[in-house]
Amino acid sequence: MKQFSNIYVVIFATIMVVIVATILSFVSMQLKPKQIKNEEIEQMKNILASVNINSNAKNAEERFNKYIVYSYVINIKGEKIEDVNAFSVDMKKEVSKIQKINILNNTIKETKKSPFNNFLASVIKFKEKNKAAIKSEILNIEGTRRLPVYICKKGKNTYYVFALRGKGLWGPIWGYISLVDDFNTVYGIYFGHDSETPGLGAEISESEFQAMFQGKKLFENSKFVSVKVIKGGAEPGDLHGVDAISGGTVTSKGVENMLFDCLSGYIQFINKQMD
Amino acid sequence: MYEKEPLFSSKNMKLLKGPLGKDNPITVQVLGICSALAITVNLKPSVVMAIAVVAVLTVSNVVISLLRKYIPPRIRIIVQLTVIASMVILVDLILKAFAYDISKQLSVFVGLIITNCIIMGRLEAFAMANKPWQSFLDGVGNAGGYGIILVIVAFFRELLGSGTLWDYPVFGKLGIYNSGYSDNGLMILPPMALITVGIIIWVQRSKNRDLIETH
Repeated sequence: MKQFSNIYVVIFATIMVVIVATILSFVSMQLKPKQIKNEEIEQMKNILASVNINSNAKNAEERFNKYIVYSYVINIKGEKIEDVNAFSVDMKKEVSKIQKINILNNTIKETKKSPFNNFLASVIKFKEKNKAAIKSEILNIEGTRRLPVYICKKGKNTYYVFALRGKGLWGPIWGYISLVDDFNTVYGIYFGHDSETPGLGAEISESEFQAMFQGKKLFENSKFVSVKVIKGGAEPGDLHGVDAISGGTVTSKGVENMLFDCLSGYIQFINKQMD
Repeated sequence: MYEKEPLFSSKNMKLLKGPLGKDNPITVQVLGICSALAITVNLKPSVVMAIAVVAVLTVSNVVISLLRKYIPPRIRIIVQLTVIASMVILVDLILKAFAYDISKQLSVFVGLIITNCIIMGRLEAFAMANKPWQSFLDGVGNAGGYGIILVIVAFFRELLGSGTLWDYPVFGKLGIYNSGYSDNGLMILPPMALITVGIIIWVQRSKNRDLIETH
């Protein structure tokens, strides 16, 4: 076999890498606008699906513009934030904010349990001091939350669409939920997933599962209870529960947590709208 | 000086046809099984995957074959991987731009073409030592052999698992559900892909006795 000098090897590798990098970055830049467009159309399709409107890649944009008359972003207090596009909200970041808040809430709860133990009293004192700090941090994080709202007009009726995102068994799950203008009754729902088990967890993206949510109520006597996904099946007439998926327990639980965590961010907005 | 041999000589045709039958990468060499399990639930993504692998393997094979005299042996594996990886990224970008729905279904498995042992194996074993035209045929043949098995497996899994073909509800239209049949949920889980591949291997070997290993 022919021998190559070290310098040749280095030059060969350098030239190869430069050529490959140039080609790839050129193609990537050329195709970027089309890819972003595709993602937006996908989002439009999902939002339309949550208000029970079918669409495909071709007519999604046209139907979106026809039915979704208004979209904006609110904060946790339900106040509208100007100059932020609802599409630009990064739901991945929102999920990690929710997770942080849940973890912080749990650390506060632990300090409540421990006062029974004298031995740990000093530790508790230290933690009690921290409690205020943790609480203010929770408020801080909550202040940065951004929640998209889409308003859909179908004939005479108005529906409000909220965004959802959470975690399933193998990866992220997401969706959109639409409410009738009493802000209590679910009009429609859409779930998507990345890599849930086919035939089990992946059933959440099937219309049979999603149809069960229609007509369910989020509030009971003005207290937020969300919709629960019940293992073993919901009682007939249960206004706050749907059947879980057999063999898809973790995904079902993920759907339930996602609904609770994401929708609780909208409570103050809903209260404001009801006044 | 290479042109003496006709383009479609019997030796060259063997390069193309061998992997489709007697030398099939999946059923005989048992390579590339992982992606065959993952994306054969439906026919559509399988066909796209097969086309993607044909494109990646053929182009990489030709590129490596053209460069074979200039690639320093000490870094040849890195060079091969760079060529494969850039081809795969190109295919991924193109799918995301022009076939978004299918690229969503294939998700990580487009990226995982890089690790498909068939491709690396062909570059190292064939393209490094043969002329571009032969490498081209070898690439089409091997990727085609992989693709054919993919499509066969996907055909049975989609038909028996979801009752559809290319998303068209075959069983529903034929009214088979009315007679009490229901879809076999096991077919859409990965183990059934392995069993289907196993059945194909069994059928192939009982027809081609000389493929049966004696030990």
